[in-house]
Amino acid sequence: MTEKEGRNGDTMPLVGTSPLRVDALEKACGEALYLDDLPLQGFWYGGAVRSSIPRGKIRGFVRDPSFDWTRVAVVTPEDIPGINAVAMIREDYPALPEEDISFATQAVALIAAPDRKTLEEALAAFTIDAEELPPLLAVEEALEGREIIWGTDNILQEYRVESGVPQRAFSEADRIVEGTYRTGYQEHVYLETQGMIAIPGPDGSVEVLGSMQCPYYVQNALMKGLALPEEKVRVRQTVTGGAFGGKEDYPSVLALHAALCARKSGRPVRMIFDRKEDLLCTPKRHPSVVRHRTALTSEGRILGAEIDILLDGGAFTTMSNVVLSRSILHATGCYFMPNVSVRARAVATNTPPNGAFRGFGVPQSAFALERHMDKIASELGMSPSEIRRKNVLKPGEAFPYGQIPPDGASAGLVLEKALEVSDYEAKRKQFERTNSASSPVKRGIGLSLCLHGGGFTGSGEESIAGKVSLRIPPGTDRVDLLVSSVEMGQGASTVLPMIAAQTLGLRLEEVRHIPPDTAEVPNSGPTVASRTTMYVGKTIQEACLALGDLIAAKAALLPEYRGKTLRLERGAFTDGGERSVSFFTLAREAGGEEGFLLTKEYSPPEGFCWNEEEFRGDAYKAYGWIANVVEVEVNMDSLEISPKNVWAAAEIGRAISPGMASGQIEGGTLQALGYAYLEEYLMKDGKPATAHLNQYLIPTTLDTPKMHVHILESPFPEGPFGAKGLGELPMDSTAPALAAAVSQAADVFPTAIPLTGEYLSSLLPPSPPEAGR
Amino acid sequence: MRKGIFSVNGRREEWTYHDDDVLLDSIREAGHTEVHRGCKEGGCGCCAVLLEGVLVNSCQVFTASAEGRDITTVAGLGTIHDPHPLQQAFVETGAVQCGFCTPAMILSSYALLQKNPNPSDEEIRRGLDGNSCRCTGYVKIIEAVRLAAGRMAAHDE
Repeated sequence: MTEKEGRNGDTMPLVGTSPLRVDALEKACGEALYLDDLPLQGFWYGGAVRSSIPRGKIRGFVRDPSFDWTRVAVVTPEDIPGINAVAMIREDYPALPEEDISFATQAVALIAAPDRKTLEEALAAFTIDAEELPPLLAVEEALEGREIIWGTDNILQEYRVESGVPQRAFSEADRIVEGTYRTGYQEHVYLETQGMIAIPGPDGSVEVLGSMQCPYYVQNALMKGLALPEEKVRVRQTVTGGAFGGKEDYPSVLALHAALCARKSGRPVRMIFDRKEDLLCTPKRHPSVVRHRTALTSEGRILGAEIDILLDGGAFTTMSNVVLSRSILHATGCYFMPNVSVRARAVATNTPPNGAFRGFGVPQSAFALERHMDKIASELGMSPSEIRRKNVLKPGEAFPYGQIPPDGASAGLVLEKALEVSDYEAKRKQFERTNSASSPVKRGIGLSLCLHGGGFTGSGEESIAGKVSLRIPPGTDRVDLLVSSVEMGQGASTVLPMIAAQTLGLRLEEVRHIPPDTAEVPNSGPTVASRTTMYVGKTIQEACLALGDLIAAKAALLPEYRGKTLRLERGAFTDGGERSVSFFTLAREAGGEEGFLLTKEYSPPEGFCWNEEEFRGDAYKAYGWIANVVEVEVNMDSLEISPKNVWAAAEIGRAISPGMASGQIEGGTLQALGYAYLEEYLMKDGKPATAHLNQYLIPTTLDTPKMHVHILESPFPEGPFGAKGLGELPMDSTAPALAAAVSQAADVFPTAIPLTGEYLSSLLPPSPPEAGR
Repeated sequence: MRKGIFSVNGRREEWTYHDDDVLLDSIREAGHTEVHRGCKEGGCGCCAVLLEGVLVNSCQVFTASAEGRDITTVAGLGTIHDPHPLQQAFVETGAVQCGFCTPAMILSSYALLQKNPNPSDEEIRRGLDGNSCRCTGYVKIIEAVRLAAGRMAAHDE
């Protein structure tokens, strides 16, 4: 352990152990208060009048005269004091549309009422008079451009990545393999639904409480929509019951709606979705269509590739442009492809805007690529492991966008580990033999390999320049960690204090993560992109070192320590001699009545370069690497798919808490399995048609296979104690491994997910007509 | 509106409720916010409570039918200062992430262990099938139930 990593790390091991989560007992005893549990009095209920059509022009509103409209407050676009947009990356998503209805379930007016019943009556008495227009419901249709619903061509964003000379690769190829792959929607199903409470202040200010990942995103949207300065918008995150990306962009919409209701009614207003409204209105994972065309030698070495990626963005941008950048940058995955042409487009349709979801564009790219690798293997008569071994990135080999990953060798490492621990080769051969028996239950095994760039793409971390503050309140023995990174279940409120405690040489309970409140914490950036441990954690580590220096410097001004050079070691300050003063004793003496408050900004490491215009360079400072093997049984009579075992080998730099890291991998893996075969979100005539959890099935204990998690560590020098991003990685690669396992079991080749019984049935040869009929 | 006497975690409480109110809404209005509303249609299990020792989704039970009967929430099993072995095991194994499913998951585990003090992994899976968790992949939840079962059995001996 180096001096830079932590002054006392070697004597007080905390990093690398799995202490109890600081929030667990309160949650296990039912004492944690989520938004809907807060003992607030006197608030009104807010609701939205939503469009039932996917596209149209608003002619007006009809208010039933039999309802007493003085009992409620109605919000229409003229009540919006600032810009009529929910400010995200772009400002194309109107808070309430002035004229154009762009998707079914779009909020076109808001109503606040003193109680739930009155709200329901008012919503029923308020109807939209709109002229219906022909909607664009599929990306292919939107690309034809007969109707234009966004910009000049319905394309929300387009990127290209080129390397080498693809044409030559194809002309020199022995074999060319083509394939088209599709993925469906995925809904987050965080168990706590979306919710916001907005409290108006007497001076026009507003305070918003809610379940969210990004307090400063919400603050920004409120400042712009309400035309308020920063100091008049306070946003506080409440205990958050799961998010998975679903509470990255949508909370800005809901917070603005709640705040508009609060402003119009002059009352605190709560808008907490029931499950139906949450399922129908909130963003999902982008459906995708990805085409691959690959040039190969007869031995299976990839010479070149053409890849075309289409994401269905829905009606407005939300996060689609950055989701797309991740899709394209992960398009060639863990393989070396010297001559590449990738085109990626996010396309607007008249469907609810899709948004952030754990994986953020990578699961779509990974599904297509990994299925395509299996297709190549099959066409060349090779095994799935052989084709991957042959093309996996080796040290010094670059991605098509020019970066040579410093940790690229881990791709081969995780691949070999997963093959070994799962006994993949032997099982594959065994199932081939046993599947020929007459039993309707067939077995299969599938392999996949994937990577995930940690933190924002390109120079995103430099742009956001995340800040963290450390505070020692006067007279206390406690360090407060002030960051905008939220605890949403992933463990930030334990892992970030672990990093600080180890760096300072303190005990975990002496460092506290403070629930984010924009009035109190600096902007550390959003809690997204697997960036919290890696980047916010790194800045915390540096802030801790600076805090030690600051305390020592202030103490040196006291008569007792004048002229002494104090150094922080093992949680105590020493002057190099016999004398040792504990951290908090010296902090009290030196901090006096003020205590300490220190803010530190992210300082980017040297040697990384990204060119956004050319879309080339060091896209990410480090990558996590994962290989999965999935073993399934498929009952060929009922077409029921049962995952039996999943192996995950993941290289994540360093596991700050191995227990929590494996928890992330297990949870992400099951979400990915659900995505692969259980979770189907349906639209009917352009309207969201999955309104209940008995229609949208997420995995239960009975759907859960045995999981075997292997964490490999190759410390990343610029991460705290070597840590890299982890949270999204397990969501990326399990789905294609499941599809591959089903391929073997059912002797079919699925190219799409979710792999429902109906879809599987369509892949099977028609059964011979039964005798006698 | 009706008034009725309810027994929650061994304490008598008087609630006012409507005929068509469901137990989930009434018990939360009475301040027992540890009973979580995940879907209110019997699909997630987050609102489970024990009614006379039997696990029920409180969103599927009319308040009227719970009158005079013993209702147990997770707060009735243990507290931060005196947690039940199941609560302790959930904390120790890392079975708690976002925590929203946790109170009901613990009650469901409790109901299972009442019927079957030494369940196999397969029996734990079957026992907890009605309770969704979106964070953990259930691995550590199953481990927690196994750990608690061992400790509770040792305590009973």
